Amino acid sequence: MTRRPILLAMLDGKGAIFLGVLAALAVLVPLSNLFLPETSPLHVPTYAVSLLGKYLSYALLALALDLVWGYCGILSLGHGAFFALGGYAMGMYLMRQIGPRGVYGHPVLPDFMVFLNWQELPWYWSGFDIFPFAALMVLAVPGLLAFVFGWLAFRSRVTGVYLSIITQAMTFALMLAFFRNDMGLGGNNGLTDFKDILGFSVQAQGTRLALFVATVIALALGYGVARYMVTSTYGKVLVAIRDAESRTRFLGYRVEHYKLVAFTVSAMMAGVAGALYVPQVGIINPSEFSPANSIEAVVWVAVGGRGTLVGAALGAVVVNMAKSWLTGALPELWLFALGALFIVVTLYLPKGIVGTLAEWREKRQATATAKPAGIAAEAAE
Amino acid sequence: MTSPTLTNTVLYLDGVSVTFDGFRAINNLSLAIAPGEMRAIIGPNGAGKTTMMDIITGKTRPDEGEVFFGGMIDLTMLDEAEIATLGIGRKFQKPTVFESHTVADNIRLALAGARSPFSALFGARNRIAGERIDAILSTVRLTEHRGRLAADLSHGQKQWLEIGMLLAQDPKLLLVDEPVAGMTDAETAETAHLLKEIAREHSVVVVEHDMAFVRDLGCKVTVLHEGSVLAEGSIDAVSANERVIEVYLGR
Repeated sequence: MTRRPILLAMLDGKGAIFLGVLAALAVLVPLSNLFLPETSPLHVPTYAVSLLGKYLSYALLALALDLVWGYCGILSLGHGAFFALGGYAMGMYLMRQIGPRGVYGHPVLPDFMVFLNWQELPWYWSGFDIFPFAALMVLAVPGLLAFVFGWLAFRSRVTGVYLSIITQAMTFALMLAFFRNDMGLGGNNGLTDFKDILGFSVQAQGTRLALFVATVIALALGYGVARYMVTSTYGKVLVAIRDAESRTRFLGYRVEHYKLVAFTVSAMMAGVAGALYVPQVGIINPSEFSPANSIEAVVWVAVGGRGTLVGAALGAVVVNMAKSWLTGALPELWLFALGALFIVVTLYLPKGIVGTLAEWREKRQATATAKPAGIAAEAAE
Repeated sequence: MTSPTLTNTVLYLDGVSVTFDGFRAINNLSLAIAPGEMRAIIGPNGAGKTTMMDIITGKTRPDEGEVFFGGMIDLTMLDEAEIATLGIGRKFQKPTVFESHTVADNIRLALAGARSPFSALFGARNRIAGERIDAILSTVRLTEHRGRLAADLSHGQKQWLEIGMLLAQDPKLLLVDEPVAGMTDAETAETAHLLKEIAREHSVVVVEHDMAFVRDLGCKVTVLHEGSVLAEGSIDAVSANERVIEVYLGR
């Protein structure tokens, strides 16, 4: 058997197109925003750059979810929690960057703490003024939560619906905790009024473009990591666990360790997505933990096609574009549309957009190869 | 043959009992399998055959009794993955294979080797010898199906694939639960042949309902009833045993 370089073996047609589209976005969107006149139909206004950046951070969340749901059968209904935790870690950094420029002008304390009459910064806020530390926390906090949660759940062999319910309970519990003012994270209002990131104004056009490009790069890297994992032997074992968990166990694999690795890596990816989301939308509050958000992410993956990675990212972008349009045009209809979408996809497109397209192509190839044989048979008669 | 002692057995159960919600599924069961032996276990429904397999493979912990592998390893202290790595392979009653993987990949995942997530993530991908896979596929008569998805195999072929996966694990002891359930007569005969081939190099325990198949195997038979051993001996001896006849036909 000849050995193909790992990077080539990892990339299939879908992946190449996906990375190509991302590269084009990273180059063309900033160029269009900077150099095309505003009257041009191809001009991308700055607000749209951030909107697109938001969609792509959702795409990274969907990718993370697909890694555990599509490949390992772990239907997490709490992935929004990891996204929100990454977002809070970034939000805390951004709050510390405000410094004395807050409404109350306190040199250290964020406005909401001054308002609550707090005298000093709680211990868990220390270090968040340093970007590398905050960036580390973006990975470490969701990763640690997923590790501890997963260690307990997978070791006790909680699977299927039960696991889905406790992930949902986890994000709900976190939402309630973050709503409380004495949590020291802004309570109801969350963290907002951001000024600078790494010394650049978060409102500036250049910063917005840079954040967009960073999101594209993060999505591409996230895809690379996920694709590496699912094409390795590890990925084959993940799928084996999804299809026949006890068989995998009796072959001598420690199923709980495999799940734990996937769940933790996935949570860290979701955390990065949240950290990129926050400076682009300008706020993080406890509603990001709401169970509905996590369920919405599951719908994105289902629409795009689970177990395809590319499909998950595509689903997130398509559904959110529809959401932006519909909540503008007919706001009261959105939740019905989302519910209907999930039912339609489950019933008629169980493999999602990407999975169905792949199936069509296979069918067409099969008939294309069958046809010449049929003609030959006719000729022989 | 001398009476079995702990040291010259591959599997040794003594006084094993397990109770589920007040129901004694296994009741003071004792059994010894010699290295290289093939043994058929028969018994009516609810006799405790599958529970016995669960105990040996670490899925169920016995309430009392001893279970030893290779004369010195206490299986009651270990979990499924550890027991599998020690060299006990198990075939389920319902064929259980990885449907979205190809036949060859099913065997590849079962091949003996490192099992940790990190070796699977970062280990060399193409090291595993294709020859081993080829050899196993030809033993289980699936060579021409190596590139097909396991989901597309017939029921009988899935049973063989699962047996092939057990062989790939290279276990010292194979536990095979009703391997011919749902098979055609031709497939059943082929399976008996296959198991006899395997038994030349491995100890094999076969749980089965089908008496004709057990006769084909031509090995020592243990009859289970209500969680303990009712009779043991050749197929002719146990089928002549009055208590066995009573259990099978009496009620």
